[in-house]
Amino acid sequence: MKNPFRPLQVAATHFVLMAYTALALFPVLLVAVNSFKDKLVIFSSPYSLPNGKTFTLVGYQTLAEGAHFDRYFLNSLVVALGSIFLILFVSSLASFALSEYTFKLNTFLSLFLAVGIMVPIRLGTVGILELAKQLHLIDTLWILILVYTAQGIPLAVFVLTQFMRQVPRDLKDAARIDGAGEYRIYSLILPLVRPALGTVAAISMIPIWNDLWFPLILASSDKSKTIVLGAQVFLGQFVNDYNAVLAALTLAMLPAVLLYLIFSQQLIRGLTSGAIR
Amino acid sequence: MPRRKPFPIHIAIFLAPALLVYTLFMIYPMFASLWLSLNNATAEGKDHFVGLANYQTLLTNEQWSRPLWNALGNNFVFFIFHMLVQNPVGLFLAVLLAGRVRGGWVYRTLIFTPAILSVVLIGFSWRMILSPAWGISHGLLSAIGLGGLDKPWLGLESTTLPTLSLISVWQNVGIPMMLFLAALIRIPDEFLEAARVDGAGAWRIFWRIQLPLVLPTVGIVAVLTFVGNFNAFDLIYASQGALAGPNFAADIMGTFFYRTFFGFQLQPGSPYMGAAVAGVMLLVILTGVLIYLFGWQRRLQNIEY
Repeated sequence: MKNPFRPLQVAATHFVLMAYTALALFPVLLVAVNSFKDKLVIFSSPYSLPNGKTFTLVGYQTLAEGAHFDRYFLNSLVVALGSIFLILFVSSLASFALSEYTFKLNTFLSLFLAVGIMVPIRLGTVGILELAKQLHLIDTLWILILVYTAQGIPLAVFVLTQFMRQVPRDLKDAARIDGAGEYRIYSLILPLVRPALGTVAAISMIPIWNDLWFPLILASSDKSKTIVLGAQVFLGQFVNDYNAVLAALTLAMLPAVLLYLIFSQQLIRGLTSGAIR
Repeated sequence: MPRRKPFPIHIAIFLAPALLVYTLFMIYPMFASLWLSLNNATAEGKDHFVGLANYQTLLTNEQWSRPLWNALGNNFVFFIFHMLVQNPVGLFLAVLLAGRVRGGWVYRTLIFTPAILSVVLIGFSWRMILSPAWGISHGLLSAIGLGGLDKPWLGLESTTLPTLSLISVWQNVGIPMMLFLAALIRIPDEFLEAARVDGAGAWRIFWRIQLPLVLPTVGIVAVLTFVGNFNAFDLIYASQGALAGPNFAADIMGTFFYRTFFGFQLQPGSPYMGAAVAGVMLLVILTGVLIYLFGWQRRLQNIEY
């Protein structure tokens, strides 16, 4: 039974999806394209592409003089990579224990960690600021790394525990018979759950890279600013300089877009594999 | 495999790093904050226990209760926009993508792009696009003959909050889309095929088969939206500043918390009142999560195909 309207339906589906894709990308492209254009042209013809006559990098020059974006970028990179590494390391250790052994506190600890999936860490900000002061970690990248690690652990443990449970028991017992210790077995299991580690890394990365709240409150000095906070401050100061603002927006978006292009596979698989349930 | 000896040390070593960081930087500050909300400063600047007095001030003192109810009300409006626009649009896009369109992978990757960008950058980009100085929104509305309707969307008390809500919806629509898509593609093809053979159209298949089978995801999306919305801050702060103007029209719990804690204009910040606002936010969020867990999730069975 062939549906005679099927081709029409397919065409309509493509039309709607294309229209929505255009809506999703329009603001981003508009900002990026105009950042390379002369100020007059930005206003007179916002939709034209830059050509030989209208192309300019003046916004990027203002940016280079007015803000240390290279340093902010490096800070963001250190914070993001440091947090991801710690999240994966400590969560995989904990998940191994929770998935492998039966012990009294197992269920309690799983629930204790699960609290952090639903309750946002921001609500403890007053306490975190006090703690950071006591530890003399204000305006350092360390406090951001530690807070983001704490924020990332609950979901990471939840996802990794599910994956580690699927590793066949025989494999581990065979290793034990060969005399492998428990730490050795952990290191044998880790490569087997690599896709899950990639997924967790991709899901945890986005909120860390994009966060404004904790950099604003815990590390707002110029030497510890992340790229999002650096961009936010710069945008506020140069609000009327369209070239500079558009350049700052484009440059600050670039790393996230590049990361997304590299990790979109893991990320989308993570979101669609029922990792968050 | 006897693994029931008295608590083996290696289990503790496996668990210790994660529990330590999580407890020290998340659980402990949360309780420290709640404790602080039950204190206030004495004349010498030391903490002393005052019970629920801070909460009482927050709820009954006009100077505090008016901004609190304003922020809470605005936050509900913000949430309603997400529930009525973001999640249905996300579901609609997911249904289209689940129909195995050619190039579906490209569409969903591109539509998800705004969700990976910083809210600060998104907020500022939209602020520029909607700014009368640049005139993009005026130009676009004129092109479809509605130029007269153009307004300074982010500058008017009546339109600021809806505009910001829609910007947030625009940015995050990819998230419900992905979650719904994941649920939709798990529905076995035979179900849909059987319905088609019986002559059901796409509309009927959606209401009778797809929607009922993705109901668990509807609940998850709703609770994630709720928690995210009542914890939001960046978008309002980036595009309207900490005062969430004009005249606090866009003030939500996150910006109210920030102002209370750090102070603004002539009012000095107070960690005690800030902690009390965080306490109210915690209560609101927990209420939402508990309603989900006991009111929604318990009534559904997990579907195994």
